[in-house]
Amino acid sequence: MKTNDVILQTTTKIIFFIIFLFSIHIFFAGHYTPGGGFVGGLLTASGIVLLLLAFDLKTVTTALPINYTVMTAIGLLLALSTAAGAIFFNVPFFTHAFDYFHLPLLGKQSLHTAMLFDTGVYLVVVGVTMTIIQSIGADD
Amino acid sequence: MTTIIANILIVSTIVFGVIFILVTAIGLIRLPDVYSRTHAASKSATLGVMFILLGVFLHFWLIEGHINTRILLGIVFLFITGPVGGHVIGRSAYLTGVKLWDKSVKDELAPVVAERKKQHEQNKT
Repeated sequence: MKTNDVILQTTTKIIFFIIFLFSIHIFFAGHYTPGGGFVGGLLTASGIVLLLLAFDLKTVTTALPINYTVMTAIGLLLALSTAAGAIFFNVPFFTHAFDYFHLPLLGKQSLHTAMLFDTGVYLVVVGVTMTIIQSIGADD
Repeated sequence: MTTIIANILIVSTIVFGVIFILVTAIGLIRLPDVYSRTHAASKSATLGVMFILLGVFLHFWLIEGHINTRILLGIVFLFITGPVGGHVIGRSAYLTGVKLWDKSVKDELAPVVAERKKQHEQNKT
């Protein structure tokens, strides 16, 4: 039976952006406050799962045409290359470095290579979670 | 003096929220069917948790001097999602055929659902 989900779908359209922005916040705040790549990735994945619940799998894959397997591979590559980059500077594997930069608009900020590693973790978590859920959800 | 006023505000907000949550719990036990229970759970639990979050926000703002915008975002989020959760639970209960309370007098959704089901059967054949 075709049901009328207009309330759920309209709320999802608003709520998805709140969840997504909050996951970005959690991801960037991970160095100084609770949070980081893993929780941020899980929150992003839960936002996409909310979209999957309110709409169907086909609509979500046309709206977000992402191959999550490739996303996992990119994340692993990023994490591994951040760790391996330390070798070229004559320091042990996985040594991180940071420096202060003057960015336009943001002013003086410290940028750390652990951020790149965290981005890798984020991509892997989103990719793996969405691969699991999509392959269980698609029953053909 | 201002600390006393701030503390009175915080304590009364949190106590108000806790009382609303207690009312929710009593409603969940006492009310007769799924629909009146979702009515109790979605409205007063949302309001109760919102008031508790407001009290926590006021405490960290007025006593500790720290504005936590995540709590404000949580209040907005709960305000949007709590009632929608109740709506979805009630709707799915109705569409899967959970009976109304035997003293209910009106069931205005029943003819619409029956019509939809009939159309669905016709489309199948």
